[in-house]
Amino acid sequence: MTQESAQLLGQRNVADEALVEEMGEPEATSAEGEEFFIASQWQLMWWRFRRHKLALISMIVTIAIYVVAIFAGFFAPFDPRAYSAKYAYAPPQPIRFYDRTADGGIKLGLYIYDYKVEQDPETYKRTFVYDTDRKIPVRFFAEGTPYTILGLIPARVRLLAPVEENAPMFLLGADRLGRDMLSRIIFGAQISLSIGLVGVFLSFFLGIIIGGFAGYLGGLLDEVVQRLTEFLRSIPSIPLWLGLSAAVPPGWDPLMVYFAITVILSLRGWTGMARVVRGRFLSLREEDFILAAQLDGASNWRIVVRYMVPSFLSYIIARITMAVPGMILGETSLSFLGLGLRPPLISWGVLLKEAQLVRVLVSSPWLLYPGLAVVLTVLAMNFMGDGLRDAADPYA
Amino acid sequence: MLKYIARRVFVMIPTLLGISLLSFLIISLPPGSYLEAYIAQVQATGEDVTQEEIDQLEARFGLDKPVPVQYLVWMKNILTKGDFGISFDWGRPVAELIWDRLGLTVALSFSTMILTWSLAFPIAVFSAVKQYSIGDYIVTFLGFIGLATPNFLLALILMYLSFKYLDTDVGGLFSTEYMGQAWTWAKVVDFLKHVWVPAVILGVGGTAGLIRTVRANLLDELHKPYVRTARSKGLPEARLLAKYPLRLALNPFFSTVGWSLRGLVSGATIVSVVLSLPTTGPMLLRALKAQDMYLAGSFIMLLSSMTVIGTLVSDIILAAVDPRIRLGGTEG
Repeated sequence: MTQESAQLLGQRNVADEALVEEMGEPEATSAEGEEFFIASQWQLMWWRFRRHKLALISMIVTIAIYVVAIFAGFFAPFDPRAYSAKYAYAPPQPIRFYDRTADGGIKLGLYIYDYKVEQDPETYKRTFVYDTDRKIPVRFFAEGTPYTILGLIPARVRLLAPVEENAPMFLLGADRLGRDMLSRIIFGAQISLSIGLVGVFLSFFLGIIIGGFAGYLGGLLDEVVQRLTEFLRSIPSIPLWLGLSAAVPPGWDPLMVYFAITVILSLRGWTGMARVVRGRFLSLREEDFILAAQLDGASNWRIVVRYMVPSFLSYIIARITMAVPGMILGETSLSFLGLGLRPPLISWGVLLKEAQLVRVLVSSPWLLYPGLAVVLTVLAMNFMGDGLRDAADPYA
Repeated sequence: MLKYIARRVFVMIPTLLGISLLSFLIISLPPGSYLEAYIAQVQATGEDVTQEEIDQLEARFGLDKPVPVQYLVWMKNILTKGDFGISFDWGRPVAELIWDRLGLTVALSFSTMILTWSLAFPIAVFSAVKQYSIGDYIVTFLGFIGLATPNFLLALILMYLSFKYLDTDVGGLFSTEYMGQAWTWAKVVDFLKHVWVPAVILGVGGTAGLIRTVRANLLDELHKPYVRTARSKGLPEARLLAKYPLRLALNPFFSTVGWSLRGLVSGATIVSVVLSLPTTGPMLLRALKAQDMYLAGSFIMLLSSMTVIGTLVSDIILAAVDPRIRLGGTEG
């Protein structure tokens, strides 16, 4: 597909075949034009989405983030719970790519510097400094501590790990117990990202059922649902979430807390979905192509499945993408305040809670790195959602 | 217009009642109560608590009755005496504790709103008039980052930077000498000196959102035929802009007050905790953690009511500014 036909796509509607003929453009009847008119809706969406470079890049970034989260064991250099008091609050070690040999030449090779602890003779404050005499070689696909892929297949190969198993490597620094921040951020992604997805699917499920029925049946039910969503939406989210999460008993096991928090986040999330679904349902019912299908004698089932669902599914997918970041931010905020997820679970919010005290933050600013992960993820998902929305709605 | 206002106020009443019910429900949810925790604490120190004392305490806090009765008693006292119950944790009436903090929350939200508007308007107009310029791209890019960064993260970063490089603490809303003092002119000035930090932090997301809305609105208007007509008639660009498109683009400022207020109250809760501001946030959090139910419930209820009333006010302003809304509203 060339640039011209891509532009054509932006200017014209799929249904505007007649218009194209009127204009009598020769290209429109060429092979490319043919391809354009027989393309499925999803293909058209993809073509349109592809033009949006930023959205495309964001999609790649988003997929990459999810892949890293799924195969966290491989991408993380260490077990996120492995601690060593010796390296508490150790600063990040920059990776070095080349080394000088004795005769002044340059030798390529990955390594980092070991730490050396210096103590201030007056204040007795201990600080880490890099020991440039002791180099720790690191290697891609090195054998590290054992882990399991998806909790099933045991493995040892890590993307990047020190050649010697017990050598210290803290590319993004260490936390208060000497745990590797990078590994913790990567494992934190598993929970932060999945809570976003699960939460959105839950609210989407509730929204599509409640909103769909309200829009379809109308009348009193519709009125009640409308008032209920309006009511829930009028309450500021954080106080509501805080109140509900405070009700989660502290004795619950982490998995239960995880589900409880997801449900709490969805409790308000579904209202947005219900509104969208209901609105779409109502407006689609009035569309000409639905009327045409009805006049054609298509059954209700066929109208819903063949015409209505495809024309709002794409839109819903775009909305889902845009709702995930909100969920992620919600979880992060709750855990940050200490009312969401709690250790031993690792999420970005749980990690950021460690950065709450200014005193700690000033001496170890690398504790803010999980925040960078949040911003990057949310940014990528927002751009991707934007692009999807534009691609999903041919009238935009 | 009066009819419209009356109708809206009438519709608001069940919403407010619903909010009070939900707030009470939320705080009655946690298993166990403050009292149980308190008794366990006393017993831990080696003292004995008799059943009589427990009954007395229960009766004093009204905890011996079933939850619906507790709610009705609570509501009755609020509506008739302005009494929100007693805070177990502080040992004082809730009404004594909350108004100061709620007032400061309102002041903070209001300051943020003013800041958001005064920043968003010129930037959005610039961004729309100079569409696709470098400035427009920079604004759009910064806007997206502003939307993606959680408030509390911004607060943490700002706190870190000011601590590290300026050696000052940006937390708090007053200098130490004004804390707990009555409001004087000097205190107001001191408040303004402090409030801009949380206001900027809270306002970033809202400003970014508002810029996008106003920019999109204005762009829609700028491509309409009447603008072209006016331009072809030789109207100077600045006058042309101010005459019609700008007025229409102003709508979002009022129509978004509702949700931006909700966002502000939400954001203020968490940012106040980070910056330790004397607003509702830290106290609400503490009350929730300590199961101080009347205090927590009053906060949740009043914060929610505040946003509902704020939305109503913005709707009324919007109806006053734009007659189309007033007319459309009467039929629903």
